[in-house]
Amino acid sequence: MKYISNTPEEQEKMLSDIGVEEITDLFSAIPDNIKLDKPLELPEPISELEMMNLVNERASRNTDLTEADSYLGAGAYDHYIPSIIDHMVLRSEFYTAYTPYQAELSQGTLQAIYEYQSMIAELTGMGIANASLLDGGSAVGEAVIMALRHTRLNKVIMPKSIHPSYREIARTYGGPHDAKFDEIELSGSLTDLDQLEESLDDQTAAVIIQYPNFYGSVEDMKKLSEMIEKQKKTLFIVVANPIALGMLTPPGEFGADIVIGEGQPLGNGVNYGGPYLGYMAIKDDRRLLRQMPGRLVGKTEDVEGQEGFVMTMQTREQHIRREKATSNICTNESLNALMATIYMATMGKKGIEEVAYQSFNKTRYLKGRLEGISGLEVVNGDNHFHEIWVKTEKPAAEVFSELYDKCILAGVDLSQFGEEEGLLICVTEKKTREDLDKFVTAMEVAINE
Amino acid sequence: MSIPAGFYYSEDHEWVKVEEGVGTIGITDFAQDELGDIVFVELPQVGDEFDKEDNFGVIESVKAVSDLYMPVSGEVVEVNEDLLDQPELVNEDPYEDGWIVKVSLSDESELDELMDADEYSSFLEEEA
Repeated sequence: MKYISNTPEEQEKMLSDIGVEEITDLFSAIPDNIKLDKPLELPEPISELEMMNLVNERASRNTDLTEADSYLGAGAYDHYIPSIIDHMVLRSEFYTAYTPYQAELSQGTLQAIYEYQSMIAELTGMGIANASLLDGGSAVGEAVIMALRHTRLNKVIMPKSIHPSYREIARTYGGPHDAKFDEIELSGSLTDLDQLEESLDDQTAAVIIQYPNFYGSVEDMKKLSEMIEKQKKTLFIVVANPIALGMLTPPGEFGADIVIGEGQPLGNGVNYGGPYLGYMAIKDDRRLLRQMPGRLVGKTEDVEGQEGFVMTMQTREQHIRREKATSNICTNESLNALMATIYMATMGKKGIEEVAYQSFNKTRYLKGRLEGISGLEVVNGDNHFHEIWVKTEKPAAEVFSELYDKCILAGVDLSQFGEEEGLLICVTEKKTREDLDKFVTAMEVAINE
Repeated sequence: MSIPAGFYYSEDHEWVKVEEGVGTIGITDFAQDELGDIVFVELPQVGDEFDKEDNFGVIESVKAVSDLYMPVSGEVVEVNEDLLDQPELVNEDPYEDGWIVKVSLSDESELDELMDADEYSSFLEEEA
């Protein structure tokens, strides 16, 4: 990083060149009554050493995942991140202005995005993927308004089995578009499909299904697909965990129209909640493509027949006709998408499959052991991927707090979302049998003491 | 510049050809030539109703993005789906294969407000 020098002499020259005496004169257009008339109340400057000590002390007050044994999930998943990702992503070539407009200077970035898109399309079984969105939640919001535009209907079936925060974001996005959400109730850890079928009619713009759902269970996608197929206009939107797709049938094979989700599990750290990336893939359909937010990179040939990469699709409203814009997404999470790309390339099909199966098998082991504890119920039964919903006689907050004292983060306390009670427990491939056995013992003690 | 007789023309460079109360609508040879290579046509849906001068679609070329305006009022009875995959038909054959929508006219007297081929030809000369 080069600093741009700015000496007093240079300042003076710049000011005299533009005919101004002092820097404060540059702010003369701002009315005096809104200017601050006293200095900012900031502490005195400190040395770099003092600053490092201060920041380290503050940071050490956090509990991070290297010291705690975490079973937290609910949308942010702690998978192992191969060291090659950090090594590659820290290369300065990738730290460019985020928009690779100038194709001749951005071939590497463009190729990485193109490969990201190709891998996402393959993973989801869809025809087209964009260059990424902001995160999983906003991807759901974008998919909702996309469906409204495409179908020109405004009813959206959004079961309560979808992440409560995603639903909140979808309501925020859909509100100004007059979207009417029908939030179908749960039946156990699954969506009440009878209620869904009753609600589904020819006025339904979209049905959204999370796969696996927020409570960790896998919905009957075949049945859902058959129901939705009966409505000509209704779009089938699937919010899929990309790691789970290493094991589950890709949504494309169930006739999904739009597949979206949180891309964080693909090689991105949990990072206290962000930055993450949302992914979006759609079926190969020209009309739908034109409604897709964000941007798309394509492969082409130059005049000499050499392979090259360019931005091929962007919502034109990004540059012109802004009054007709359909989305405020005009960018992508390039660096996060790059991490996801390196992860997918490093793991390969087999690797992602193994991460999925290991996460699933370890969850199954933990579930079996937890079911042996009296005063504890696993709501999912055998239908789960890498998360289970556990109800305890003792309030979840108390159980969590007791395990927290042993440096175990026992799961997400569902009561914070105001709908259900219990703990949502996630197990990834990082856990060992020793970890899991220790967890079970701690749970036994917490529940039965 | 081709300006066939028997068509009605608007000042927005759209044409209408009427057969049994149904108006086929497209853009003129002049318009396609001005726009250059057309890369996308955003179509309305069958059943959409428009008043004269309503914006009913968008045409995008390598040079510009332009709104399409209805030369007459009516309900869309058919759209040219071929344009989704072959928008270049508008360049190649603006008066035949490059048609955009067909509407059932709600008020045929509106046709009187449009130009015939000779009038449109003079209009273009005046504009130029």
